[in-house]
Order: sequence, then structure tokens, then C-alpha cells
Amino acid sequence: MKKEETDLFVPRLVTTEENFAPGHRACIGCGEALAVRHVCKALGRNVIIVNATGCIEVFSSVLPQTSWCVPWIHTIFENVGAVVSGIESAYKARVRKGKIPDKNVKFVGFAGDGGTSDIGLQALSGAMERGHNFLYCCFDNEAYMNTGIQRSSSTPYGAWTTTAPYGKKSIGQATWKKNMPEIAVAHKIPYVATACPSYPFDLMDKVKRGLEIEGPAYVHIFSPCPTGWRSPPELTIEIGRLAVETGVFPLYEVINGEYRLNYDFTDLKPVREYMKPQRRFRHLTEDIIDKIQARVEKEYLKLREKAGVK
Amino acid sequence: MKKEKVVGLEGSFAVSEAVRMANADVIAAYPITPQTHIVERLSEMVAEGELDAEFICVESEHSAMSACVGASAGGARVFTCTAGQGLELMHEVLYIPSSMRLPVVAVVANRALSAPLSVWCDHSDMMAVRDIGWIQMLAENNQQAFDLTLCAFRIAEDNEVLFPTMVHIDGFHLSHVIEDMRLPDAEEVAGFIPDYKHPFALDPDKPVSMGCYGPPFIYPETKRAQEVAFENVMPKILETWKVFGDRFGRYYAPVEKYRMEDAKIALLTMGSYSETAMLAIDELRAKGEDVGLIRLRLWRPFPFKEFREAVKGVEVLVVLDRCVSFGMGGPVCSEVKSALYDQQKKPHVVGFIGGLGGRDIPIEGFEYMIQSALEKVKAIERGEEVETEMIGIRE
Ligand SMILES: Cc1ncc(C[n+]2csc(CCOP(=O)(O)OP(=O)(O)O)c2C)c(N)n1
Ligand code: SF4
Ligand SMILES: [Mg+2]
Repeated sequence: MKKEETDLFVPRLVTTEENFAPGHRACIGCGEALAVRHVCKALGRNVIIVNATGCIEVFSSVLPQTSWCVPWIHTIFENVGAVVSGIESAYKARVRKGKIPDKNVKFVGFAGDGGTSDIGLQALSGAMERGHNFLYCCFDNEAYMNTGIQRSSSTPYGAWTTTAPYGKKSIGQATWKKNMPEIAVAHKIPYVATACPSYPFDLMDKVKRGLEIEGPAYVHIFSPCPTGWRSPPELTIEIGRLAVETGVFPLYEVINGEYRLNYDFTDLKPVREYMKPQRRFRHLTEDIIDKIQARVEKEYLKLREKAGVK
Repeated sequence: MKKEKVVGLEGSFAVSEAVRMANADVIAAYPITPQTHIVERLSEMVAEGELDAEFICVESEHSAMSACVGASAGGARVFTCTAGQGLELMHEVLYIPSSMRLPVVAVVANRALSAPLSVWCDHSDMMAVRDIGWIQMLAENNQQAFDLTLCAFRIAEDNEVLFPTMVHIDGFHLSHVIEDMRLPDAEEVAGFIPDYKHPFALDPDKPVSMGCYGPPFIYPETKRAQEVAFENVMPKILETWKVFGDRFGRYYAPVEKYRMEDAKIALLTMGSYSETAMLAIDELRAKGEDVGLIRLRLWRPFPFKEFREAVKGVEVLVVLDRCVSFGMGGPVCSEVKSALYDQQKKPHVVGFIGGLGGRDIPIEGFEYMIQSALEKVKAIERGEEVETEMIGIRE
């Protein structure tokens, strides 16, 4: 098939059914809300979702309304890994004891970057290490957005946040972004992937793959946040694409330890292009941007090497 | 004739037997002294196939309670156990099952709180979780630890209750001491604990959203609903203990009395020291003193009616706390005083703090408290201020 034909064909394969209903309260242009919508399309209805505290929970579940068309539970901020372990175990035990029929229900955890790489890391690590059969989606908007744009360990170097402001003695975030997908890989789980709603079919494929694989699966979803990144809401998709095309956020999978780079760019676009529409980076001096450029290139090369790309 | 065995069992093993006979589906727990023998025994039961359950060896107590919440929302019969620091680490999560009506059963082998580090018993951990909205009861010996754990499943899972339930057993005094006890027949127990079905467990065939976001226009109504539901659990607790008594021959009550007939002076205790207190009461009664003992079996919901009933005619009530509420004396004493405040006729209440961090209270300790309380009452009547005394302290 020619590329033009697939372009027309592929979107038709995606269900028109919405499992995450519209009418929620996310900001205009919210990359997280869009990602959740895509993820939920890929998940289908035979799932139970566990959600951490954060933007998603707050914009989707204001009593007495809910956007969730599938069973969904939120308890607190940092325990998604543990709650999902409990639900999966309950299902296993009840099926084994003949209390309910086995309908191949799937279990999914949702959390932000804070709920994943900071406060929820222990619970997630425990769940991955124990090998529960679940899919975990981290929606990474690179800060604690729900509480007002405070830095997380997933905030990129140099970015402004309300707790890493730039000033006479500060460039903004002074640490490099924690590599959460690599932490997941280090648990030797069968499936790890990165994704972005700017690449919706790739995202949905990865969610489906993660769901079908036996054992823990981790999908890290880059989710632009116009409110926190100080970027125009209409550029959310564009910014996601630029993150991938500049090598800032490469899309790859690690299947049973094997790396696969899904989109490879021999010529990465300059990170400046990615940073430009985002006012969280506007204070950065040329030398700091150069430093970021060098780091992105170095990391990208390392990833290419792991994926065996020459 | 009821089929039962008399066996010598450690409190931890007695609790584990109850969990096995209740046929729990999911156990999530993290080891901590003096609860360790329970997790070890349950692991063994699962490993040997004596109990068909998923044992989740979580990485912390915070995750233990979180996994229990998930498992309970998933419709399973769920058990956990912890102590001291572990209960404190769970603290944030403890409010979730009570607010979301998920009937988790937990046994706490009570332990003092750091610092300094202490693995021994007192009630600081229990008192720190007074307000979590769980049903809470106390055992005084291993038989009761077994019985109350069984009852906890039936109470918690009753569809008119659906509140998590905690059974407190004193660390070491119960968890590590072997006592004779009666172990009922497993089938008898199965008949006592009905199959459990949560009315709205997470299920793709009937999707629900649990744990939504509650802005001010709706949050207070959710709390009111929770409070009303919690107030209504008392009849179910009483009913369960009645059915249990009729079936197994041991009856329980929210407030239990020992030699309280015509008692002018009453001692109030909770947990295993009640048994030492009974010996003290016997000795004092032998000397002709009008003393008796009141034990709080049910801590939450607080049994106001039964408690006020129990202290009718009492002139001096001596309360032992195994916990300090810094700057406020003993927490049980404060609660008891508030329970009596509105009463027209009420006893003088004198509080003592003792048995902290596993320090023993011998029989003479209880006798001392009663004598000292009488002195303090005289001082109160003279208009003097009386402070809560910590007993057995080396100055
Ligand atoms: C124990 C605890 N600490 C802090 C908070 C406050 N809090 C709620 S959401 C949140 C940040 C969420 O950030 P993230 O996980 O990245 O999700 P986002 O809102 O960015 O989607 C914080 C700090 C909390 N709810 N619980
Ligand atoms: S703050 Fe950001 S992540 Fe949160 S709803 Fe708004 S755009 Fe979405
Ligand atoms: Mg975030």
C-alpha cells in the first residue's frame, strides 16, 4: 500500500467510541486530556483504571459527574502501583476460587510525572518487581501541574516552574530530567515504551501492546501542558512533534530488553525550535541552550546505539 | 455438641487461623515486630495450599493498605496486619476504605512509637488512628483475638455496614504468648461468615467511578452520609456478637464489666492488662473494697450508651491510658470524660498513664492507682488541680 492510502485508512481503524467522555474540565489544548482520550480508545471497555491524584483525576471526576465510561478508582496521590496490585490480585484470587468467571479483564494505572517518578516511585517499583499483570501509563507534563506548576524530577533542565523560578541566582530547574522509562527498563519488565499524543496511532499501538503483554508494562506519555509550559494552546500537537523531532523526547520501545527506535532522525532539529514557543524556557541564555543541545544529542546517540541503529 | 479443639496457640497464630477459616482472598502486609508471626504464618498457609489467597508481599505498609483498598474495591475478602510504625505509615491510606465503604479487616499488634525505638507494646499506635472512621475493637487474650478477627469479617462485610474493621491485640502480650484456646470446626466458621459480595465492586460490566473529586458544594454531604452510616453499625456489631455467642458459646459486649455489682470505685482498662487488673480487683474485693473493672471492648464507634450504663452508681472512675497525648494527658481518659460531661450524675474521673513501651504493670500497680485516685479525689474536692500521673517512673 502507498503511504497516502494508509494515511486515509489508519484513522478509520480507530474506534469512534469514546471511553473517556467529553465535557471534562481540562484546560484548552491540554495534551494530557488528549493523551487520556487516545489511551482509553486503545484500552477498550474491559479494563479497570486506577488513577493517581493530579490534573487528570481533578478534571475528569468532579462529583457528581464523571468522564469515565469504564470502572475507575482514585484513592490518593502516590499509591497507584499498590492499588492496581490489589485489584489485579483480587481478580486473580476470585477467578481461581470460582467466585467470578474469567473475562480477561485488564488492569491499568494512570499517574502524572510527579505521581510516577517522585512520590509514587516506590509503589510502582514494588508493583513492577512483583510482576503483577498491569499496564502503567505515566502522563508526563514535566511538573506538578495540578498544584500550580511546581517542579518535579521530570522537569527538564532550565525550565521555569513556580518552585524552580529563574532569578539572579537561578536558571530555573537546575537538574536534568529523571529518565523514568530507563528506571522501568531496569526492572526487567517485558514492555516499556515512550509515546506522545502528537503521534496518536503510535500511542494507541503501544497501549494495546502493553495491555496484551503478560506482566508489567510501562508507557511513558509526553503530554504538553499549555498552562504550565506557557505555550499557545493551539500548538500542543506541534510542540509534541518538535519534542520528538529534536530528540528531546524520542519515541522508542523496549520489548523484553530489546530497544526499538520507532522514529529515527538522522538530522535532529535544533532544540531551540522546540523551546521557542514555550515561555518556560524564554529566560535561557544561548550557552545554556547549547548545553542542552549537546546533552540531547549525546543521549540520542546512546539510545540509537542501544537500538542498534547505525 | 459443637465440634471444637482445645489447642495451645500463640496470638499471632490464632489470628492467622481466623483468617484461614474466613477464607480470605487477598492479604497484603509488610513485616514489623511484633506482627511478624502473623505474616509468616499466613505466608506458610498460602505456600502449603491451606489458604487459597493471593499474598501480596508489598514493599511498605503504605502500599499494604493501598493494595487492600484496591483488592476490596475489586470485590475480594481482604486482610492485613501491622503494628506501631507500620500503622503510622499507613495512616494516610486508612481514611480511604472508611470513606469509600470498603470492608478491609486489619489486625494491629499494638506497639509503641519511636523515638526512642521500641518494639514493645503500648497503645500509642491505636490512639493515633482514633479518627480514621474504622470500627475498632480490642482483644484481651488469644481466644478473643481469634473470635474478634472472625467477627470482624462478618461485621465489616455486612452490606449494611461496609466499614473497615480493626482488631487490636497487644504486641507480645498476645502476639507472642501461647495460651490454651478453643478452635472451632472450620465448617462451623464457614456457616458463620457468609459469602461476601460488595454491592458495587469494580467490574467492567457495571462501570462505576470511585473516589471522585469533592468540591465544597458536595464534600460535607459525603461526610455526613459517612457519619450517619457509621452511627448505624452498632446494631450490626451487637447482632454479630450475639450470633457468634449462640453458635460458639462466647459472648462479647462493647463494654464488659467485671465484679461491678455495687462497685463505688471502678477501674477502666483496654487490652491485655485488663487480665492483670482483674487479679487486682479480686484482691481488693477480698479485702472488702467496693471495686470493679470496666473494659472497653469496642473503641469505635464509642459505646456511649453502654459505657454510661456501666458507670451508673460509680463514684470514682480510674482510667489507665497506655499512651500520652502530650499536653493533654491520656487520650482514653479525655474521651471518657467527654462521654460523661452531659450526665447529671457522674463519677470523678482520675486518669493515669502507664505501661508505656512495654513497661510491665504488676497487680500492685493497679492497686496503687486505685489508692492514689482516692487521694486525688480528695484533692479535687478541696478545689486543687490534679494532673495525670505517670505511674512506675524512676525519677
Ligand atoms: C501526599 C500528597 N502530597 C501532596 C499532594 C498535593 N498534590 C496533589 S496532585 C500534585 C501534583 C501532581 O503532579 P503530577 O503527578 O505530575 O500530575 P499532574 O497534575 O501534573 O498531571 C500534588 C503535589 C497530595 N495530594 N498528596
Ligand atoms: S494544567 Fe496542564 S495538564 Fe493540567 S489540565 Fe491544564 S493543560 Fe492539562
Ligand atoms: Mg505532571
